Amino acid sequence: MNWICRKYTLNFFPMTPDFTQSFPLRAERVHEVCGPCAASFAAVCASSTRGSVIWIREYWRPGTLNPLGLLPFFDPGKLLIAKVKDQTEGLAVAEEALRDGTTPLVILEISQPMGLIQGRRLQLSARAGKSTGLCLIPDGMGSNAAESRWHAAPIFDPFSAPGDSTLQRYELIKNKSGTLGFWHVRWDTASRRLHLVSATGE
Amino acid sequence: MFDGIQRRVVSIWFPRLASDRVLRMRPVEGPFALTHSLSNTNRIYCLNGAAERLGLSAGMPFSDARAFCPDLQSRPADLLADKRFQHALRRWAVRYCPWVGLEDDDGLVLDITGTAHLFGGEAELLMDMRQRLSRAGITACIGLGDSRGAAWALAHHGEGSAPVGATSDVLQDLTVAALRLEEKTVTGLGRLGLRTIGELANAARAPLTRRFGPSLLMRLDQALGQQPEQITPLKDPPHYGVRITLPDPIGIKSDVMEGTSRLLTQLCAKLKSHETGARILALTLRRVDQDSQQVELRLARPMRDASRILPLFERGIDDVDAGYGIDQMRLEAVQVEPMPVQQLSHVSTGHKNQLDDLITRIGTRIGLENVQRFLPADSHIPEHSYQIAAAAFSSPESAWSTIRPRPLHIFPPAPLLGTHAAPTPPKRFRWRRMSFATARASGPERIAPEWWLEADEWRTGVRDYWCVETRQGRRLWLFFTPQSPSWYVQGEFA
Repeated sequence: MNWICRKYTLNFFPMTPDFTQSFPLRAERVHEVCGPCAASFAAVCASSTRGSVIWIREYWRPGTLNPLGLLPFFDPGKLLIAKVKDQTEGLAVAEEALRDGTTPLVILEISQPMGLIQGRRLQLSARAGKSTGLCLIPDGMGSNAAESRWHAAPIFDPFSAPGDSTLQRYELIKNKSGTLGFWHVRWDTASRRLHLVSATGE
Repeated sequence: MFDGIQRRVVSIWFPRLASDRVLRMRPVEGPFALTHSLSNTNRIYCLNGAAERLGLSAGMPFSDARAFCPDLQSRPADLLADKRFQHALRRWAVRYCPWVGLEDDDGLVLDITGTAHLFGGEAELLMDMRQRLSRAGITACIGLGDSRGAAWALAHHGEGSAPVGATSDVLQDLTVAALRLEEKTVTGLGRLGLRTIGELANAARAPLTRRFGPSLLMRLDQALGQQPEQITPLKDPPHYGVRITLPDPIGIKSDVMEGTSRLLTQLCAKLKSHETGARILALTLRRVDQDSQQVELRLARPMRDASRILPLFERGIDDVDAGYGIDQMRLEAVQVEPMPVQQLSHVSTGHKNQLDDLITRIGTRIGLENVQRFLPADSHIPEHSYQIAAAAFSSPESAWSTIRPRPLHIFPPAPLLGTHAAPTPPKRFRWRRMSFATARASGPERIAPEWWLEADEWRTGVRDYWCVETRQGRRLWLFFTPQSPSWYVQGEFA
């Protein structure tokens, strides 16, 4: 029966808890995501925002984002990259951008543990600027001030069609206003939206 | 002219302008020359006095000069910098009279009619000029005469001054070369036996015109003041600087912002009248104890809207230490760009301006060039299929296209050690200390190096790219190099 339950949206297979209550990330808050697919989680979040997206990254990080890889998610022209020297500078830029509110989504890559003060400052500036923040954190380096924390990991799907994107498991591991849970999702390149998939092997 | 006031012209010739400029920056002992490459030969462009005394001359091949004088020190000439230096000297010369023009590449011409008495007379004026130039380390020959031609002749030949109305007497004995003639004409006149200006002036005019054309006698008449000649003063570029001096020192931030706002209003009015926008602004705050602090603001777009620029100064002014108070503020647009007036339209929104302001604010913190955006590029090579440009100096483009899926992250190719060198993807491999087992692979997609570009990482030849789905979930972008068989990981898909 595996092939039947391959790809169905939430309407057919309601899972508990409800994904839509947590997933389009709550606006005016700062969220966190970790795991191997954190960058693609960020790209999914950026795809649903209007206006520019600013991505703050330390300059010494190996590798680069590939705009052609972002193309299935959103137009790379709306992305601004801020290359910063260290995390302090990155936090300052993120605070500035969040408080300004011109960019609805601010993505910040974190390399060191973030304290409560820094997390709280980001939350306050997100509230002031009515914009959403998303920190890409290494495992276990989040701040307690985060509104929610996600873990995004890829999953091998033996039944996927050739053009399908990677099946991913989004696990909500911290949530200030709701319950935790996990969902299997897949990005649909054609319709540019996230599809909820029932777990394989069920 | 001017009802009896005789026109007086000073001509200054800088025979060693280029080398003087370089030696002012870095003085050297002994012979020194500037070299300039012209038609495949490195020739001497300009010399200092010591080198001239050793018998070197401008225009000589540099290798010959080195043979004559082994300890000759040299630097390449910078003609643009020389031109800038000449313009700087022109600005300096405005202290003597407002009417200063450039003469060729190495001289100035000043119309000092009616200004000599301000310096105590012509002799004193020339003395002052000589003293200041020699103190600055610039060799100059100065000539003074009733006409531009006479002043030029006296500067280049003999260096002296002709008293009022006695120009022709002074010029009598100078060679005809002092008339700004071509080399050929001077030789021709020499063959006729006309070697000095006096001889030329006394010769019959009609045959000379027939033989040498009208320019010879025109130059003669100009030198003797019988034919007028203009001096064209250069137009000063607009100065974008305003300042305010305060009767009492200020130190509160709101006061400084208020002062800045007044300066900005003035400056922006000036920018608007010239249809330019400021790109870099510098605010200098002078304190009571003569110390001064500077706040620099680099803007993401040329701007001249005072109400938008003012909040951008806030961060810089926060950092200023006012000490005992600030009593003078000076605002200058260090760099301006043309910014024509644009038609407003009902579809334009303020959103773009806000984004520019945000870029400016972030740029003041991390440097304007560190805020970047991607631009499409025309190449199949994964690393060259996009460009990274500073957001402040580019505008977004949306001509993105790709035929095959591309990874979200690309990194420098990491070799997969211990895998077999077969053209089908390895069954198992280790990457970043993790083991992977290939579940499914799609490919190959062959990408050939761009032979017209030098790229070290493409030395291994063509690449066959595979999209490998691993059993662990990750999808990686592997490539195989058939010309030197081995496997690499270059990217990870979303």
